[in-house]
Amino acid sequence: MNDFLAERIVAAASSSFTEHLAAARPDLLPFNRSLPANASTATPHATTIVAMSFAGGVIMAGDRRATMGNVIASRHIEKVFPADRYSVLGIAGSAGIAIDVARLFQVELEHYEKIEGMLLSLEGKATRLGAMIRGNLPLALQGLAVVPLFAGFDLESGVGRLFSYDVTGGRYEELEHHSVGSGSVFARGALKKLWRPGLAEADAVRTVVEALYDAADDDSATGGPDPIRQLWPVVYTVTRAGARRVPEHELASVAGELIAARSTAGREA
Amino acid sequence: MTQPFYVSPEQLMKDRADFARKGIARGRSVVVISCREGIALVAENPSPSLHKIGEIYDRIAFAAVGKYNEFESLRQAGVRYADVRGYSYDREDVTGRGLASVYAQSLGAVFTAEQKPFEVELTVAEVGDDVEHDHLFRLTFDGSIADERRFVVMGGAAERVAEAVIDGWSTEASFGEAIRLAARALREDRTEPISLEVAVLDRDAETARGLRRAFRRITADELVTLMDGTD
Repeated sequence: MNDFLAERIVAAASSSFTEHLAAARPDLLPFNRSLPANASTATPHATTIVAMSFAGGVIMAGDRRATMGNVIASRHIEKVFPADRYSVLGIAGSAGIAIDVARLFQVELEHYEKIEGMLLSLEGKATRLGAMIRGNLPLALQGLAVVPLFAGFDLESGVGRLFSYDVTGGRYEELEHHSVGSGSVFARGALKKLWRPGLAEADAVRTVVEALYDAADDDSATGGPDPIRQLWPVVYTVTRAGARRVPEHELASVAGELIAARSTAGREA
Repeated sequence: MTQPFYVSPEQLMKDRADFARKGIARGRSVVVISCREGIALVAENPSPSLHKIGEIYDRIAFAAVGKYNEFESLRQAGVRYADVRGYSYDREDVTGRGLASVYAQSLGAVFTAEQKPFEVELTVAEVGDDVEHDHLFRLTFDGSIADERRFVVMGGAAERVAEAVIDGWSTEASFGEAIRLAARALREDRTEPISLEVAVLDRDAETARGLRRAFRRITADELVTLMDGTD
């Protein structure tokens, strides 16, 4: 009986917030729901996220549009989140579930840190995110897919790293740059031409904003920079010093220069 | 047929309380002290890894004396409670009072229902906008809860240490002053050198440094500088 009790205690001693929720409050998990087939057309979808490495770390940017079929559901949505001090995640796909997954992932990392007294390794964080996406697989098959992009600074090896995922939770490390979401094809084309090894941080900001501009140019579900409403992409950089949100005024001037340069050129982009 | 011995409820509770008190009295003391810059938590702890002080949530910390396995399980339960609450409502809705009352209930239940009571004493500290709005909840093994002002001292030599703290306490103290005061109180009438575990809840973490989480451990190197400092 004592063995049994000891085993139970060890089994319950989890450092994972998701595992704790699954055992104690499964109703709170974002993906533990059953929905009718084809629920996807009635829900907002978040679109393009781009990420790339630069000298000293990684950078991630997301546009501000969410769509519901042919309607723009939101012009203000934010799809790139700080996960903890040294990592960020961006999420494309079904917006409601994506935001919940991001929130759950933030708590998951903080919870581990508080229980264990130290940070999870970057690989460990990437694996946990994969497990969460796998948990959403049944909903993904009903059209409510969530596809994240994860970027962080690896304190052990001293470099920034990128991870992409598929809907089954498969985790793939990406080199140089990557993008996800409906405009990702166009963004990737732009990144292939714009990315250079060892870009400085300011050039990296310009590059991701330009990649999103190209994505918005050809994909109706991706929003470009909006000078009328003063809306700019959400951009985070992650370096050894931690994650930093690039301030609005910096993005305003970068986007302004970009629009001016393209207007002056006066070409079919 | 033999009758089981009758033990009066008064006697039963008294025995349990004496048992728990003895266990706690063996432990080394912890001082939690509220000051101008926030709340400083100072514990005498020979181990650098088995912590007596821990982070619970954005503005809430935990300090304990007694049996490590018992207060560690309570700390982890507290982190789970706070994270579930913050996740299902909002981060603002996690309060020290809520956490302290859950602790009081579980300590009370263990005291009356289990084979043996927990041999622990806890403090739940929540930093506010100023010293007046700091909350220090002190919880004892039987589930009693007290809302303390200014500072809390727990552990074996609590009364003696508290006397030393009360003379030097001031609303205007910086972290350096508060930590030096606590360290002096813990060291009083001790001949051998003692090792300290120190953490703070920073009052201005969010406004000054943009950090939501106010809890910060003071590393050994920082502590040496703090102890020598005059700020």
